[in-house]
Amino acid sequence: MDQHRPSLNRTPVRGYWREKGSLILWMLPLLFLTLFYFYPLGKISLLAFTHPPQSTATPIWEAIRSDYFLRIIGFTFGQAILSTFLTLLSGLPVAYLFARYQFPGKTFLRSLTGIPFVLPTLVVAAAFNALFGPRGWINLFLMAAFGLNNPVFTLTNSLTAILIAHVFYNLTIVIRLVGDYWSRLDTRLPQVGRMLGATNWQTFWRITFPLLRPALLTAALLVMIFDFTSFGVILVLGGPRFATLEVEIYYQATGLLNMPMAMALSLIQLSCTLAMTILYSRLSARVSQPINLKSASQNQRQLIHHREKIMAGLIIFSLIAFQVLPLVGLALRSVTHAGLERGQTTTSTPYLSLTYYRELFINPRESLFYIPPSKAVFVSLSYAIITVMMSLLLGLPTAWLLAKPGQNQSLLKKIQRFVEPLLMLPLGTSAVTMGLGLLVAFDRPPLDLRASPILVPLAHTLVAFPFVVRSLLPAWRSIRPQLHRAAAILGANPLQIILRIDLPLIGRAVIVAGVFAFSISLGEFGATALLARPEFPTIPIAIYRYLSQPGELNYGEALALSVILMLVTASGMIAIERLRVGEIGEF
Amino acid sequence: MINLLSTNLIKRVQSLIALLILVSMVFACSPQASSPPPTESNILTVMTHDSFAATESVIKKFEDQTGAIVKFIKAGDTGSALNKAILAKGNPLADVFYGVDNTFLSRAIQEDIFQPYDSPLLKEIPEKFQLDPQKRLLPVDYGDVCLNYDKNYFSQHSLQPPKSLDDLTKADYKSMLVVENPALSSPGLAFLLTTIGVYGADHYLDYWKELVSNDVKVVNDWESAYYTEFSAHGGTRPIVVSYNSSPPAEVVFAETPISEPPTAAITANRTCFRQIEFVGVLQGAKNIHLAQKWIDFMLGVDFQSDMPLQMFVFPVNPNAPLPEQFQKFVVIPQETAQVDAKSIGENRDKWIQEWTSTVLH
Repeated sequence: MDQHRPSLNRTPVRGYWREKGSLILWMLPLLFLTLFYFYPLGKISLLAFTHPPQSTATPIWEAIRSDYFLRIIGFTFGQAILSTFLTLLSGLPVAYLFARYQFPGKTFLRSLTGIPFVLPTLVVAAAFNALFGPRGWINLFLMAAFGLNNPVFTLTNSLTAILIAHVFYNLTIVIRLVGDYWSRLDTRLPQVGRMLGATNWQTFWRITFPLLRPALLTAALLVMIFDFTSFGVILVLGGPRFATLEVEIYYQATGLLNMPMAMALSLIQLSCTLAMTILYSRLSARVSQPINLKSASQNQRQLIHHREKIMAGLIIFSLIAFQVLPLVGLALRSVTHAGLERGQTTTSTPYLSLTYYRELFINPRESLFYIPPSKAVFVSLSYAIITVMMSLLLGLPTAWLLAKPGQNQSLLKKIQRFVEPLLMLPLGTSAVTMGLGLLVAFDRPPLDLRASPILVPLAHTLVAFPFVVRSLLPAWRSIRPQLHRAAAILGANPLQIILRIDLPLIGRAVIVAGVFAFSISLGEFGATALLARPEFPTIPIAIYRYLSQPGELNYGEALALSVILMLVTASGMIAIERLRVGEIGEF
Repeated sequence: MINLLSTNLIKRVQSLIALLILVSMVFACSPQASSPPPTESNILTVMTHDSFAATESVIKKFEDQTGAIVKFIKAGDTGSALNKAILAKGNPLADVFYGVDNTFLSRAIQEDIFQPYDSPLLKEIPEKFQLDPQKRLLPVDYGDVCLNYDKNYFSQHSLQPPKSLDDLTKADYKSMLVVENPALSSPGLAFLLTTIGVYGADHYLDYWKELVSNDVKVVNDWESAYYTEFSAHGGTRPIVVSYNSSPPAEVVFAETPISEPPTAAITANRTCFRQIEFVGVLQGAKNIHLAQKWIDFMLGVDFQSDMPLQMFVFPVNPNAPLPEQFQKFVVIPQETAQVDAKSIGENRDKWIQEWTSTVLH
């Protein structure tokens, strides 16, 4: 990338100040990570390893080398690789459709595909069960159609269930990251290819795919880390025969209270995240190159030909069947009452009613810990908005600094190379470790945050921040340095360049980053459960509170609240999408 | 064109900033900020697990009697909450910790995070619940983990529900039982302990082998077992490991009023395991005096009689009356399976590992 070095850097004085300015700007994300991530992590490690419980017999190192843990590590990698591959494969056609065509309901459909990302696993399991379960619609239909007495297939507690759920959850990452990038690629390139006689497949493989690689790699890394640290899906849908490192960490920490072991496994998990990120950086440095990004609206058109319409119809149909139908099933279940699934002798016909929703608003036993739904929505939204603000505030300068071209041996480059992989670590950290770490780190003045409600959005920001940086980087790196040079020659200062050139060019990516930060905060459960104050419960916390008690009403109210979570998520996403931070196509 | 773009952009940035300011103001004005900051001396902080619940007026009564303000900190499930308390040793977040159960008792005592308190109310509480002779952890409530069954299923198939653990291995009950993973679920662990209590640490695995060949289903959590697998809620398994208080909960939380629960608990001798929950004053508590008063309050009749319908557990204080639903629909087992807290503390890890390699592989 050396040949693209901005010529202004050659002026020694200005170059010096630029470098200095960048160094100061680096302090922001570095201080944040040091204080709220590395310090807590260090403190909890220290505490765990210096105060081992008396009961542990085998030394940690011995235990970790046992077949049991090696199998867990192997499985964690295996399922993550498989899930990531499937997610990319399923996401690509949808990303293509969203990138290249305009059709009615597109924004709405795209928001719908983002909802699974925030849903609690137990709720997704319930949705899957209503569809694919032993008494789910599909099995009931097949049993009726072929006159069978037993369910045709069982899905839960299998690797298939894990894979399907991972694709279900993370498809939106591929759709958004790859789709957004794809929509900005100049359509004339593949057109030229075809004019020169290449087949469709050749144009894709030789032109589009190489250009897409930066976004594909980023999506793959993020999906891979999510699958690698998967917890709820493995626990609920995979069942007891499957365990990832994350599940094992939770068991060691809360089931056996064996913190040394939990920490050792956390550190292994972190090293794996680090290794994956370094590998990613190597690969992406090779494939990233500045290109001419175009406005999405210039690249998109209506569906005209029959073939296009059929293709679009097929993709939309499968997307709806896979991602939207379970959600609809869930919504239906939350308003359907009695009969069928109770297996009673006096089967009354099912009827529709809003009882579960009405019940949400009353506190029949005057419980001190009753959560009015409006309050849960308010708290969740507040945390989500704070998370979006904080992670963008940190993520924008960080992505800018990382995308900045510089001399190979310069201090800046060195910082870039060193910091980039470290930024991903919070995403690969087990929720239990992070939650407990924050608690032991800020336990005395001036920073006694243990009982403070700020801890929750802080933990959410730690997870969202790497995501934001990753979503911004491919777009920012693709901006041609010539543009910056031209602006600088015309007398623009760096801030003006950012505001007038960079932000309009990467506006979509900022929106995508914001949407992800928003959904990460709305859906986070693991760390929230450890850190949330009972006065400030989030929607997922309230859902679990209902689910953990027996009784039809509790179950129904949990479903009703999940539907509310879905609505809040969808409307939040649509609202963020409307902000449109200066997109190129608008002038 | 550039000008047009930039004014447009600036407007958007401005409106974005305005929105952010608005939101932060709304958040800053949330309920907590409006109440005056209470002084250090009259705040009592109680740390507990997610399942803790109480009636507002009952807690208010304590606050009125003592002039204290009670703050609750909830910290995940029992294991997470206890871990949080252990990690904060010496500089505790709270004055009192409630929710250590007998499976964690010896571990909690070993970690030395509680200080003794000889509450005058212990006199009212039966000896059998007082497992810590040094009175660092005082019993508050108990609950029995028992097999529950779907009454409709058994009447439809004209089948008798099982009466003992042995029955579960019979062909009549093949593919009927769903249990929770003892590694990750507290009722799951309780059921494992039931089998250890009944068959002994040497033979319980043989029993589990028979359960496996009778097609027992294992899931990780109570929620999946009860709401997905249990036939009373749409699954295919008519017998589930749950609590003897689950049937009354089915009545209390029925969507339309019902007079009989659709499920029942099996409370035959040595088929249930008793979980006892304890409270204790944390070492280094800022407000020991109030903490002790709170413990007296938790053991007293007001709080004890509030627990059943809030947490679906039973009071240890025999003077506390049981609510109507409990009197009608709960049978308290005569004889539960016994495993003492000390040997649970010593063998928990080993038993779970043995169980995992026998049942899951």
